[in-house]
Amino acid sequence: METKDILIIDDEEVILDAVKKIGKMEGFTVEAALNPLLALDMLEKENYKLILCDIMMPEMDGFQIIDELYKRKLNIPVIMITGYSTVENAVKSLYKGAIDFIPKPFTFDELMSSISRGFKYLELQKQIEGTQYNTSRDSIIYVPCPPKYMKLGFTSWMLLEQEGIAVMGATDLFLRTVDTITNIELMKKDDVFYQGNSCVKLESADGLIHRFMAPIGGKIIERNEKLIENVSLLEKDPYFEGWIYRLIPADIEYDMKYLIPCSSDRI
Amino acid sequence: MKRINQGFHKIGVKLIVAVGLATIIIIGCYSYINLRSQSNMLLSEFERHANQLSETIKKATRIGMLKNEREQTFGIINMIGTEKGIKKIRIFNKEGEIIYSNDSTQVGKMVNKKAESCYACHTADQPLEKLPIDNRTRIFRVNPDSTEILGVMNPIYNEPSCWNSDCHVHPKSQKVLGVLDITMCLKDVEQAQRTSTIKLIIFAITSILALSLIIAFFVHKWLVQPVNTLMEATHEIGVGNLNYRVKDLGNNELGILGRAFNKMTKRLAEARIQLFQSDKMASLGRLAAGVAHEINNPLTGVLTYASFLQKRLKKDPEIQEDLSVIVKETIRSREIVKGLLDFARQSVPKKNEVSIDELIDNSIKVTKNQLKLKHLEIVKETQPDLPLITVDANQIQQVFINLIVNAIDAVPSDKGQIRISTSLVKLSPLGVSQIKNAVCRKRHSLIDNEIKIGGLPSIKVQATQNGKTGFINLDPIYGKHNHQYGFTVVEGKSIEMYCPRCEVSLNDSKKVCPKCGSNIYTFEVPPNGMFEGCTNKACNWERWQAMDEVGEKDYVEIKIADNGSGIPEEDLPRIFEPFFSTKGQKGTGLGLAIIWGIIDNHNGTINVESKVNKGTTFTIRLPK
Repeated sequence: METKDILIIDDEEVILDAVKKIGKMEGFTVEAALNPLLALDMLEKENYKLILCDIMMPEMDGFQIIDELYKRKLNIPVIMITGYSTVENAVKSLYKGAIDFIPKPFTFDELMSSISRGFKYLELQKQIEGTQYNTSRDSIIYVPCPPKYMKLGFTSWMLLEQEGIAVMGATDLFLRTVDTITNIELMKKDDVFYQGNSCVKLESADGLIHRFMAPIGGKIIERNEKLIENVSLLEKDPYFEGWIYRLIPADIEYDMKYLIPCSSDRI
Repeated sequence: MKRINQGFHKIGVKLIVAVGLATIIIIGCYSYINLRSQSNMLLSEFERHANQLSETIKKATRIGMLKNEREQTFGIINMIGTEKGIKKIRIFNKEGEIIYSNDSTQVGKMVNKKAESCYACHTADQPLEKLPIDNRTRIFRVNPDSTEILGVMNPIYNEPSCWNSDCHVHPKSQKVLGVLDITMCLKDVEQAQRTSTIKLIIFAITSILALSLIIAFFVHKWLVQPVNTLMEATHEIGVGNLNYRVKDLGNNELGILGRAFNKMTKRLAEARIQLFQSDKMASLGRLAAGVAHEINNPLTGVLTYASFLQKRLKKDPEIQEDLSVIVKETIRSREIVKGLLDFARQSVPKKNEVSIDELIDNSIKVTKNQLKLKHLEIVKETQPDLPLITVDANQIQQVFINLIVNAIDAVPSDKGQIRISTSLVKLSPLGVSQIKNAVCRKRHSLIDNEIKIGGLPSIKVQATQNGKTGFINLDPIYGKHNHQYGFTVVEGKSIEMYCPRCEVSLNDSKKVCPKCGSNIYTFEVPPNGMFEGCTNKACNWERWQAMDEVGEKDYVEIKIADNGSGIPEEDLPRIFEPFFSTKGQKGTGLGLAIIWGIIDNHNGTINVESKVNKGTTFTIRLPK
């Protein structure tokens, strides 16, 4: 069985074509499915490294595809493509196991940065599988987040510091899916964002710009100015010195529903 | 319309028939009794007259008979016999022989003692010697067709002058010498009776007619007309004219119905406006979302293709420039679509830390024009250093604006006072803290989103008492006890409670209720420790140690007070109900209901105190 790079599932032909063209230009083998049932057929016949999938589709939605993959024990990373109206759904898809989501409409660069992180993620997963039998201490692929932390997907973490104040940052696994970060663009103090919004712009050495999804919504009360001076701090100590924002959560109880406790990483 | 009209006419007809029947019965009875007594009176009068006549004849003929001057006696009898109405005057002796008669042909004839005229005395074999006056008369017909005839028998008794007379015809031992019999025609009496009967019948018919007319008139005036007015109104409402009002129908039942009808129509009109408004917003939202969604996909095509071309034609700077314009403009469109979708999602509460002081200032600014119009100023007494609270700023501002506008409407121009004050208060967790999460020992969630108590998801447990099993939904507010029992639960007895999922017991056998000694139930409220409660329905002991330990919680209290018209005491319990309005046509009656909903969503409380003509104070408490 041949292994193709990308399977794109969407009910919009123009999106399939665009993704196919972009993928081809970047040297990926891309196959497209106009409906989820066809996609499931294709998954029977061939292997794919990465799946891009729309959430809202007629026969089946993106969540059902994730469930189906889990049932078939196909460990293929899924990136969700969503319309703006379904940010909540997008957050939910991360909770259900998607590795990323791209809001529509997206540009070439936005798509590529997500795909590149996806492949990097796949690579890291393979390394982890490879090291499972290797007990050597040096083989740590990434540093999991501390047990009290909560994370959104595998991307961002947050920690309730004291009553009403939370601190958030990027996970080591996420940082390892992007190339060396060369520039960081932060939001201002008092700015407000919601869970799943992009709250930081990261530029990596390979020229890609990465969205960074907020683990919870709230109002920024403090940002880590040290990061602007020294971006590498983020990669050096992502869970402590490399924090990004300190914020007052807007609706922590609601947002918590889709967060995963970091303690689950340690099993 | 016509059909119903006929129906109501039927009510009129029924009334007329009923009253007519009653009239007939009453007048019938009255006439019967009246006629009876009248004819009795007439008859007795006639009898008296006949008796008197017979006495007169007896006395007039007495001398003639004593002297045995038959001619004279004949003369008198004949003369009187010519009187109108007198049929026969006869005198017969004891043997029944007619001695005198105004009909000379009868003289000398014998009368049958069994004949009707003799009947009064000769019914018994031994003839009566004394006949009382009442029994002297008799009424009979000669033949069935003839008029009635009254006969008067007057016995002629033996008197000393008779046996002392010269002729000595009658011995002293004889008691009755003969009988004077007068028969008189009752034609006049009958005539009089007939006349009064006819008069009474005419009276009865006239009164029934008059009554019917009067009833018809008033039924029309009091029933048919108002009902037609109401019918017309229902018709108008039916075709959608909710501004139609029924004119005043007076103070009777239909008038009350009319006013109730108007009230209902007003409420309907208000509800329709509100529905229309919310529907408008909802459809605008849907439209915006739909448009945004539909545009999003083609926009994705444009953006991806344009940015793809940009990459492909990197080497052509001229095209590159043009393409970057397309990409830039498409990204701008993307932001517009995002804005549209944000509008569509406005209803989702977005909570953030805000300063209540700032919200109050903003609300006052919004209502500035209305304040100016009535020459009012708002007195603000805010406590400095109030903590920030996490609320949906837009919603809470809507609450303040609504309450300020209400106050402006309630106070008089120039003299009105509106006072807004804020303070920090501490409230005990009882009656305020909500159990938002509850799990059994096996960590199954007990929260039931289907049955809500006080608008909040309840805690569902399975329960057994006296062999009966069912579900109980516990009030999620600590200390409120508005539990819902899915089956009949006996008060004063313990209940066994289980998790509905795994049936693990929730009862804590090691502890008893410190208040009544019954068994207690317990479950975990992550992350706020254990919750305990008494299983006895009659006892309302509850303990939530984690909350008790936190103790009193800080709340920001906002008071909005006015010295306006106030709210009548009887309306106070209802003012937070949807569609309840005291503003008449001006308000929709939804303002306070929405306010209550918003405050409730924020886990806060809202209370009102009011005195008519003194003013109203709304107190809002929001948790810090």
